[in-house]
Amino acid sequence: MPNVQLDDLPLNRHARVQTIDWAAIPESEGHRLRSLGLEEGVEVEALHKGILLWRDPIAVRVGRMRIAMRRNVASAISCEPMA
Amino acid sequence: MSGTLPLVALVGNPNSGKSSLFNALTGARQKIANYPGVTVERKSGRTALPDGRPVELLDLPGAYSLQPDSLDEAVTRDVVLGKFPGQRRPDALIIVVDAGNLDNHLRFAIELIGQGLPVVIALNMVDLAERDGLEINPNVLADELGVPVVSTVAVRKRGLDRLLIMLAESLSKPRLPETEAPENSKQITERAHRIAKRAILNETQGRQWTRRLDAILLHPVGGVAILLGLLFVMFQAVYGWSEAPIGWIEAGFALLTDAINGQMPDGLLRSFLTDGVIAGVGSVVVFLPQILILFLFILILEATGYMTRAAFVMDRVMAAVGLSGHSFIPLLSSFACAIPGIMATRSIMDQKERLATILIAPLMTCSARLPVYTLIIGAFIPAQSIGPGIGLQGLVLLALYLFGIVGAMLAAAVIQRFVTQSRSSSFLIEMPRYQMPRLSDIALGLWQRAWVFLRRAGTIIFVASIILWALLSFPKVPVGSSESQVEYSIAGHIADVIEPVVRPIGFNHDIALALIPAMAAREVAVSALGTAYAIDATDEEQAAMSLGPKLAAKWSLATALAFLAWFIFAPQCISTIAVTRRETNGWKWPIFMVSYLFTLAYVAAGITYWTAVSFGL
Repeated sequence: MPNVQLDDLPLNRHARVQTIDWAAIPESEGHRLRSLGLEEGVEVEALHKGILLWRDPIAVRVGRMRIAMRRNVASAISCEPMA
Repeated sequence: MSGTLPLVALVGNPNSGKSSLFNALTGARQKIANYPGVTVERKSGRTALPDGRPVELLDLPGAYSLQPDSLDEAVTRDVVLGKFPGQRRPDALIIVVDAGNLDNHLRFAIELIGQGLPVVIALNMVDLAERDGLEINPNVLADELGVPVVSTVAVRKRGLDRLLIMLAESLSKPRLPETEAPENSKQITERAHRIAKRAILNETQGRQWTRRLDAILLHPVGGVAILLGLLFVMFQAVYGWSEAPIGWIEAGFALLTDAINGQMPDGLLRSFLTDGVIAGVGSVVVFLPQILILFLFILILEATGYMTRAAFVMDRVMAAVGLSGHSFIPLLSSFACAIPGIMATRSIMDQKERLATILIAPLMTCSARLPVYTLIIGAFIPAQSIGPGIGLQGLVLLALYLFGIVGAMLAAAVIQRFVTQSRSSSFLIEMPRYQMPRLSDIALGLWQRAWVFLRRAGTIIFVASIILWALLSFPKVPVGSSESQVEYSIAGHIADVIEPVVRPIGFNHDIALALIPAMAAREVAVSALGTAYAIDATDEEQAAMSLGPKLAAKWSLATALAFLAWFIFAPQCISTIAVTRRETNGWKWPIFMVSYLFTLAYVAAGITYWTAVSFGL
């Protein structure tokens, strides 16, 4: 499976973060993402999508932590689904 | 005295169980104040080392790193670095790390260890980590990090003795120099992951309670229904559960009044005690049960980990008015009191969103409005049932809350569009594991809030009641005059000035009178009315009547509804204005807030009054 943006990652599919387009993420959020341990190379998994028809924000597992983020941030994170 | 004690700070990520550990170490005797100059809550307490030496413990705000994203985090950094004015640098740190979240929490621990202070790591919540299938070797961690590591379960008080032994050892060691070359964020993350990998001996799939619960509570449709149901239950409980305890408190104050009336001759002192002090303070203390029930729900929702889920569910809705799920938690806290709500906005990273949230926080129906609402609803809305478990009174109360919420949402949209001119909000939050809250932590939180409320009743409201009693009691109306005591008094004359302004929105002289002391705190309006009508009573029988029926006899329904509408919006709370000034560093925003809210209140009360009048109410 080719690389996908985190917001398009199917639920419950494990993946590894390949590249993060930091320029596309507002600075304060980028900083918080880093302090939450989201970097290139970490394992992620999309867990839940937001309410009703919005399907936004999404809940993502980063290592052993669960983080909720909006799709506009998730779309800046490219990851490689794992087998 | 305490200045000479060794100072030990508890530091850690949010959701590391830091506060539980602090509670377990210090017990119920904690000092809660603010750091000088900022409204960040400073919690301190004492514990004793194994040799009996006392140490002062400081519970620092939860933080993710020493590069702050928020005011809370900035306080933590400044205290740890010894740069906080008026706060001495800690002699040692207890770094609290969630064993089940080792990779992420070790990041901050590594940063903190680099500061050179003696540290002990509390590897906390090891029981939950085991439940999730993690087996961790604390010795590997200690070797890798070069500092002592103690496994703890704060909520079961496990590991505390050993933690204190290690702390005593650390305190006797000299301070290390700071690590020279600080690593960058990515290097720290990688090192944290490397160490975590080595320390985790075994990992099996645990029972994944959190994932299963999230599947239900974050369900795109079910999750919304659950949150709305929860809020409904919460507000019904505030009304329903409090009935009996309110009755007990009322009975207690009535007994006290009877005792004084039986022991003392009629006169100024007796009037001062019964009409001033007891009527004033009593009419406010009576609402303690409702406030505690509301706080009980909020504390439980926070301690279980559900609060961030509520933020997740609400994010899109809040985004529609330019806010985010981050604003949901401070706004929900504002239902108890706008002051902790406004202080909780410090966790919002986006400064424009933070300002907008502060400005609309007073529109959330805080507990101080409950006394006012309860009184008016009780007096004017019949207590009939309109369905199983749904009372008309509860429904009106819900409507008042909803008006506040809708008003706040509209205000937020306008403020974000035209005042802060924010282009977009953001939402990024950690969602902790679910856990059973410890009963004693909840009880301690409730007790601390009850104490703050009673202190208010004992100070601000006590003083306001006495001043008001004096304003109402003097000068004495001459015998045989056709005027009542209220109209003849000083307060009556002040109200004469306000009355023409509020007359167009249906307010009478007594309301004009009650609005003055209500600036101190909204609930004082109730005691003001209580005092006014108690003093106005001409015979025992009338005095024995409770306040509600008195109002029902004197006010039209239109006036009562206008009065409710006024209180949805009016910024009648000096403390809130003061906190806003402090949190926004100046007078600009509090003045803006007070102006727009009073305007809204006046317009809303006017519309309500004239609509009601046109319907013949």
